[in-house]
Amino acid sequence: MSDREIIVLENIRRNFIVGDETVHALRGVSFRIREGEFVTIMGTSGSGKSTLLNILGCLDTPTSGEYLLDGISVQKMSKNERAVIRNRKIGFVFQNYNLLPKTTSLDNVELPLLYNSAYNAKERRERAIRALDAVGLHDRLYHRSNQMSGGQQQRVAIARALVNDPVIILADEATGNLDTRTSFSILTLFQELHARGRTIIFVTHNPELSDFSSRNIVLRDGRVISDTYNDHPASAREVYEALPKETDL
Amino acid sequence: MRFINLLKIALRALNNNKLRCFLTMLGIIIGVASVITMLAIGQGSKNSIKAQISEMGSNMLMIHPGTGQRGGVRQSADDMQTLKVEDYETLRDNAKYITAISPQVSSSGQFINGNNNYPSSLSGITPDYLDIRKLKVKSGEMFTDHDIATAAKVCVLGQTVVDNLFPNGENPIGKVVRFNKIPLTVIGVLEEKGTNSMGQDQDDVVLAPYTTVMKRVLAIDYIQGLFASAIDENLSEEASDEITAILRSNHKLKDDADNDFNIRSQQELSEMMSSTSDMMTVLLACIAGISLLVGGIGIMNIMYVSVTERTREIGLRMSIGARGIDILSQFLIEAVIISVTGGIIGIIMGIIASWLVNVIAQWPIYIQIYSVVLSFVVCTVTGIFFGWYPARKAANLDPIEAIRYE
Repeated sequence: MSDREIIVLENIRRNFIVGDETVHALRGVSFRIREGEFVTIMGTSGSGKSTLLNILGCLDTPTSGEYLLDGISVQKMSKNERAVIRNRKIGFVFQNYNLLPKTTSLDNVELPLLYNSAYNAKERRERAIRALDAVGLHDRLYHRSNQMSGGQQQRVAIARALVNDPVIILADEATGNLDTRTSFSILTLFQELHARGRTIIFVTHNPELSDFSSRNIVLRDGRVISDTYNDHPASAREVYEALPKETDL
Repeated sequence: MRFINLLKIALRALNNNKLRCFLTMLGIIIGVASVITMLAIGQGSKNSIKAQISEMGSNMLMIHPGTGQRGGVRQSADDMQTLKVEDYETLRDNAKYITAISPQVSSSGQFINGNNNYPSSLSGITPDYLDIRKLKVKSGEMFTDHDIATAAKVCVLGQTVVDNLFPNGENPIGKVVRFNKIPLTVIGVLEEKGTNSMGQDQDDVVLAPYTTVMKRVLAIDYIQGLFASAIDENLSEEASDEITAILRSNHKLKDDADNDFNIRSQQELSEMMSSTSDMMTVLLACIAGISLLVGGIGIMNIMYVSVTERTREIGLRMSIGARGIDILSQFLIEAVIISVTGGIIGIIMGIIASWLVNVIAQWPIYIQIYSVVLSFVVCTVTGIFFGWYPARKAANLDPIEAIRYE
C-alpha cells in the first residue's frame, strides 16, 4: 500500500432542502483513502451512504467541507469539469449493471473512452479487450448485453469501470442483484483487482461483505460511527469454491 | 474527433431501434417526396405554358387603340379610332427595335363555299404577320405587297376553316369563298398550329390583305390594332418605349396627356400566365410543407419518448463522463440523422414519383435543383428544430436521479 492519498474528505456536510425542511444527509464526514485500499462503506438506508457515494463519484458537490480526489479539489468545479474528472479518474459499477441494451460487450466497455478524445478507435478497442480480459470475459467480446447472465453483465460493467484506468473504482451495491454464488465470484474479482493494486470503494448495506475488504467504514445518520482496518480479509474465492454448485447448469 | 465519436454513439443508439427509427423517418420521407413531386408538377406545367406562349411568338407586341378613362367614360377598344394606317407606316419605316410589324383589322362573319358555310373571322394583315405570329403557309402562297396595294380579293385559310368549307378534301387553292358577299380567292393554306394553352383553336383564321378588309369589308379608314415583333424578347421593353414615343409624336399628344393607345407584350402575357401557375405551385408546396411539418412533429414526439425511455442510459453516460453538451449533441445528431436520411430517401422517392406521374399520367414535370436543395435544407433544419427541445431535456437531466430512474 502506497502513501498516496486518493481521497481526502474533510468535514463533508450535505444538506437537502425538502419543502420547508432542511435534511442533513451528511453531518461532517472526514476520512482519507490511500492508494491500494479496498474499502467497504456500510450503512442502513438513510445513513447517508448514497449521498456520500454521489459526492465521492463527483456526481454531487458537498454543501460544505473539502473533497480532494487524487489531489484535485472537486468542491469548486463546474458541472462539465466534474464530468471530465469522472471520465478520467473514476470507474463506476452499479447494482443494476446499466449496460447499453442490445450492445456488445466491447461497445459497452469502450463507452467511457468515446467521451475522451485522447483515444483513437484502435486504442479504444485494444483497451476494451484488455479490460474484458481482466474480468475473464475474453471469450464474450461480441456477446450482446441481453445475451448474458447477470454475473457476466456485471463483469462487463466492471470492465467498463476499468477501461479508463481510474484512480478509484466506486461500486454501488455491485452484488445486490446477484445470487450468492455469483456474488462471491464478483467479490473474488474485486479482490483480485485489489491484489493487483486497484483502489476500490464498495458501498453496501450487507454487513457480511466487510469480512472481505481491507477496511470498513460504517455510517449512521450522516456520521462515521466506525472505521476499522482488517489486516486479514477473508478470501472470497474460498467461500465461492465451498458453495454448492447446484445453480450451475 | 469528438464529433466523430458522438456520431458513432448516435448511430449505435439508432441502430438499436431500427423500426421506430424507420417509422419516424417515414413522416419525413413522405413530406419531402410530396414537396419534390408537387414542385415538379407545378414547375412542369408552368414550363409547358411558357413554351406554348413563346410558340405564339415570345417577342410579340400588341398595340391597341384607346386607353383608360377619358372624362370618366370607358370606351370599347374597337370603337376607338386612334390608330391609323399612317401610324403603321411611320412605325414600319422608323422604329429600330422591331423587326416586323403588321396592322390588324378584323371582321367576323360567315364564310361560304357552295353548300358549306362556317363562321370565322377575317383578319386583315400584311405578310409580316406570319413572322410575328410564327405562322407558315403550308400550300399555295402568301399574298404580296402588291396585293395589299391593290386591295386584292385574296385570302389564306387556316386548316380548321379549310376542313369546314372543303369537307370532301378537295384542294382549296384557287377556289373562291365568299365572305359577306365578297368573293375571295384562296391562294394559300396555313400550317396547323393546334389549340393554344387557353384552348383557342389557332387554325380557325382567315388572313387577307388589311387594305381589302378595310376598304371592301368594313369600309373604315382606321386600323384596329398593330402587331409587331421586337428584335429580341429582352428588348421588348425598349421596343415598347420606342413605339410609344413614335405614336405619341404622331398623335401630337401633349406631355401631360395620356396615351391614346396601349401596348401589351407577350412577355406580360407569359408573366400573367405563369403567375397563375406560380400560385398553384405555392399552393401545392404549402400542402407538401404541412406534411413535412407533421413529419417534424413526429420526430419531436419520438425523441421525447426516447429521452424518457433512455433516462437510465443518459444517467449512465453522464456518470462515466459525458457532459451536458455531449448528451445534447448525441440526441440532436440522432434527430438530424433521422431527418436527413429521411430527406435523402424522400428526395429519391420524390424523383421516382415525379417520373411516374410523367410516364403514367403524361403530365409535364420538371424537377428543379433548388427544390431538392430546399427540401434537404428544410429537413436538416426540421431535425435540429424539433430535436432541440428533447435533446435539451436530456442534457439537463440530473445524473444522480437519471441513473436510478426506473
